[in-house]
Amino acid sequence: MRHRGSLILGAVLAGSFLALALISFVWTPYPYAAMDIAARLKPPGPVHWLGTDQFGRDVAAQLMVGARTSIMVAIVAVAIGIAGGVPLGLWAAANRGRWVDEIIQRGSDLVFAFPAIVTAILITSVFGPSALNAILAIGIFNIPVFARVTRAGAISLWTLDYIRAAQVAGKRPLRISVEHVLPNVANLLIVQGTIQFSLGILAEAGLSYVGLGAQPPTPSWGRMLADSQTMFAFAPHLAIFPGLVIVLTVLGLNLLGDGLRDLLDPRLRRPA
Amino acid sequence: MLGFLLSRLGSLMLSLIVASVVIFAVVQVIPGDPATFMMGLNATPESVAHLREALGLNGPLPLRYLHWVAGMLHGDLGMSYTYRVPVAGLVAERLQVSVPLTIYALLLSTLLALPAGIFAAARRGRAGDLAVMGVTQFGIAVPNFWFAMLLVLFVALRLHWLPAGGFAGWQAGPWAVFKSLTLPAISLALPQAAILARVMRSALIETLGQDFIRTARAKGLSRGQATRRHGVRNALIPVLTILGLQFSFLLAGGIIIENVFYLPGLGRLIFQGITQRDLIVVQSVVMLLVAAVIVVNFAVEVAYALIDPRLRRPA
Amino acid sequence: MTLLSVRDLSVSIHGLPILSGVSFDMAAGEVFGLVGESGSGKSMTSLALMQLLPQGAVAGGRATMGGADLLALPERQMCALRGREIGMIFQEPMTALNPVKTIGDQVAETLVIHGAASRGEALRVARARLDRVGLFADRFPLDRFPHELSGGQRQRVCIAMAVALRPKLLIADEPTTALDVTTQAQILDLLRDLVAEERMGLMLITHDLAVVAGMADHVAVMQAGRIVEAGRTEALFRTRREAYTRALFAASGHQPSRQTTRTEKPLLEVTQADRSYPLPRPHPFARPPRFRAVKGVSFTLHEGESLGLVGESGCGKSTLARAILGLDVLQGGAIRLGGEEVRAGHHMHRTMRAKMQAVFQDPYGSFNPRWRVDRAVAEPLHLLPEPPGDVPTRVAAALEEVGLSAKDGRKFIHEFSGGQRQRIAIARALILRPKLIVLDEAVSALDVRVRAQVLDLLADLQARHGLAYLFISHDLGVVRAITDRVLVMQAGEIVEEGATPRVFDAPAHPYTKTLVAATPRLPADWMEDADADRQTVV
Repeated sequence: MRHRGSLILGAVLAGSFLALALISFVWTPYPYAAMDIAARLKPPGPVHWLGTDQFGRDVAAQLMVGARTSIMVAIVAVAIGIAGGVPLGLWAAANRGRWVDEIIQRGSDLVFAFPAIVTAILITSVFGPSALNAILAIGIFNIPVFARVTRAGAISLWTLDYIRAAQVAGKRPLRISVEHVLPNVANLLIVQGTIQFSLGILAEAGLSYVGLGAQPPTPSWGRMLADSQTMFAFAPHLAIFPGLVIVLTVLGLNLLGDGLRDLLDPRLRRPA
Repeated sequence: MLGFLLSRLGSLMLSLIVASVVIFAVVQVIPGDPATFMMGLNATPESVAHLREALGLNGPLPLRYLHWVAGMLHGDLGMSYTYRVPVAGLVAERLQVSVPLTIYALLLSTLLALPAGIFAAARRGRAGDLAVMGVTQFGIAVPNFWFAMLLVLFVALRLHWLPAGGFAGWQAGPWAVFKSLTLPAISLALPQAAILARVMRSALIETLGQDFIRTARAKGLSRGQATRRHGVRNALIPVLTILGLQFSFLLAGGIIIENVFYLPGLGRLIFQGITQRDLIVVQSVVMLLVAAVIVVNFAVEVAYALIDPRLRRPA
Repeated sequence: MTLLSVRDLSVSIHGLPILSGVSFDMAAGEVFGLVGESGSGKSMTSLALMQLLPQGAVAGGRATMGGADLLALPERQMCALRGREIGMIFQEPMTALNPVKTIGDQVAETLVIHGAASRGEALRVARARLDRVGLFADRFPLDRFPHELSGGQRQRVCIAMAVALRPKLLIADEPTTALDVTTQAQILDLLRDLVAEERMGLMLITHDLAVVAGMADHVAVMQAGRIVEAGRTEALFRTRREAYTRALFAASGHQPSRQTTRTEKPLLEVTQADRSYPLPRPHPFARPPRFRAVKGVSFTLHEGESLGLVGESGCGKSTLARAILGLDVLQGGAIRLGGEEVRAGHHMHRTMRAKMQAVFQDPYGSFNPRWRVDRAVAEPLHLLPEPPGDVPTRVAAALEEVGLSAKDGRKFIHEFSGGQRQRIAIARALILRPKLIVLDEAVSALDVRVRAQVLDLLADLQARHGLAYLFISHDLGVVRAITDRVLVMQAGEIVEEGATPRVFDAPAHPYTKTLVAATPRLPADWMEDADADRQTVV
């Protein structure tokens, strides 16, 4: 029952930040880029709930719009990981022990040697910084993550008798992978997807913090933190709120992932 | 065991070669002419030609690649375009910060995480376990650079226990170095320790469910004895995998954390390289970071074999 | 002298009763058999005595041994008792040993943990105990790791570990179920000798009546968490007072009534089939050595014939089956089905594949858990040139043919028991009306009574449709019940071939003789009333 609790808490937390990002398209407390020099560096209060920054911009509005960037980067990076990694993992498992499998595995190891920030550095050094770099760098790192998870799940399935029965029924590896293997690794992918989503948000924040991600004037959580750094001795709210938002979103996604894992784990599901 | 080592060593070399080709290709081939790129749009043709000469860009690509690799093998990483000094010297200087920081953080993370994970697994479902799990759940969610900022705010600026940033340099003595690296190491280590503790816990719980634990209990070992004598070593295998991955996360995290604490490490060098379009610096430092990760993964695979006798044969 | 006295033992897990009112006595130096089908509570009984029940399980009642109540002892005293007074060995030797510790350390640990010896001395005792269980120093030095040993050898290590301190009671929970029949015979001999030599009591838990008959002085029959009857083994087995005991007996010797449908027309011809695969390289620059799993095997299976293929694990019988089904490529020789050559992979024509279907061992792994039964049963229809219009009718007919109903098609596989799942697997194999069904250990995972029913079904289907069976099994009794002719396979080769009764009654090859001799059997004169029992089956 504890699992149900973390599932609900996680869904509520992650869901509310997703909702805030969506609401920001139609409504924010103030226009996020509107400067008001008279009201600069205001602490949280009734007028500006979460205070203002050094240009008098509303922190709450910036956080809402910043959520779009973080969530978009993380989601697209997960999509890249799934689109690239899942077919590779299925292919490797269908050819387990052969050279295709070996190459895919060694290739995964190699990509793992390039942490997202290193890839981002490489891309930025050539193309200059942008949010797209962050997506690419995190997405490329996600590919071997999903390839490994898929392969591990698929390999254990390929030893089962129902796959042998499908082979005896004349089905080819591709068809077996789609009909029998993919639906049975889907649970693993959902759980891994939530985890990579939360890691993506953390990574995006880190990249934009060091200036390798979203560029001004696009607000992003990581850059708000970077901007706050010179002022946080006298305006700590500028550092506290973006950080809290990241923590709560990532926490929500992790709780959701744990809850889903327990919900979807066949070992924990009782037979009907 | 020798065969195993040889085969792992072979794949280590192969990974290094492929990684170096990828990095070389991204930095030297994709942008077109690196010299023009580095000089910017206002450069005169003469100065570009001069730079091409200096960078050794006049040969064919494969030759340039081989030249670069051969140079690295001799410890020659090329000349920095902006600093006009050998990159190797710059890197060596920066490593004096980055290497101790990474090791410090890795030690801190391991020493915190493994006991916490074992403690939680042994008290599965009880208050101690729930407390560890709750704390680590938060630990995973905290971005290390934000945590670093909070540490600076409270520990350095409010309490004045430790310096808020900067690096005293080794000439100031090990104690000063230790003090200036402590906050960075803590902020790097704690989020990783949270992950590692959870992996340790679940690996140990999984191991404790194995048949051989029941055999040990049937021999008369208490729950604690069975955990210590039979559980922990078997559970270390998945933990090692994560520890290997953590090394690369610590290296990567170090690049960011150095920014918070104004530490003159590899990360700062790389960012200076990017802003000044000093491709030689970027290329060499990235290669160094990637090579470090590959070598650590090799070490992890050797460690597997030391722990698990079943793996002591070539793959 | 009473060694152990159990009174009113009950166990419940999260309030669900698993055992109730279990009472029995064991004398020192005797072998006490506990028999029953899976889920009858025999393993729970032993775990309760050791206080090693799974989490959430609560035991009640009393179990007195040497003046102490095993169920009430605090954990500290229980630790001192386990391994010293009571030793225990388990079913699965492959996972029962710690993979990262040497066998010497693991045996010595029993002594060290009880403070009975220093480490050096414990290792000397470990050496002696390993010698005693037949693992001698020249081939099995103390620094061997478990993965370097076979299943039977690992079980010997487990026994050495359990008897290292010469306990008064040894509990053996299905100690030979995971082992080959010749290995089983050796392990049972070893246990019998140890009991006699050391005056230990042995509690032997097994599903196999024949094993108990050959080993136990006293026996208790368990069903659904209760002891149905108990007594001296021979007397109990001869009289079979309780209906459940009679049913078990009848099922374990069950011979389905078969009429032979065998013709003289060859269906499957295997000539000089060779199958080998590469082993790990000894070092990175070596050519990988190859393991020849099937060595030049030749035989013919006729239409309508039921052919058995017996052999122990690792003899190559399943590898051969995979090659026959066109799942693996042969390295030499040929396999022909109805005159056409079987080729692995998608080179094999559909119409040819449709002549041959298979039923596998694992009733739990044989079905995609996300598919409904009708979709699974219909899967082989994929082999027809175009999808038939009457799929639901065909599925319904196939399900009815195996004794299920058409509505079962809408259910998911987890709603069925193991026996029902094997029926569904047979329906799936049957739907294309193949000429040959390859049954790879198809009844090995089933309890005796369910197994008897499935064998009846197979016999019936064969008579009705003139099917040919290639029946692969390690179980001689089952092969005897269902086949006309049998092949005996050893180390990749067929060493004997002939009519089933002839091969089993008068084996010619030494290996077949060993196999037949090692197979535990209920004494024939105990079975005299068996004919009368046959009606009570099902």
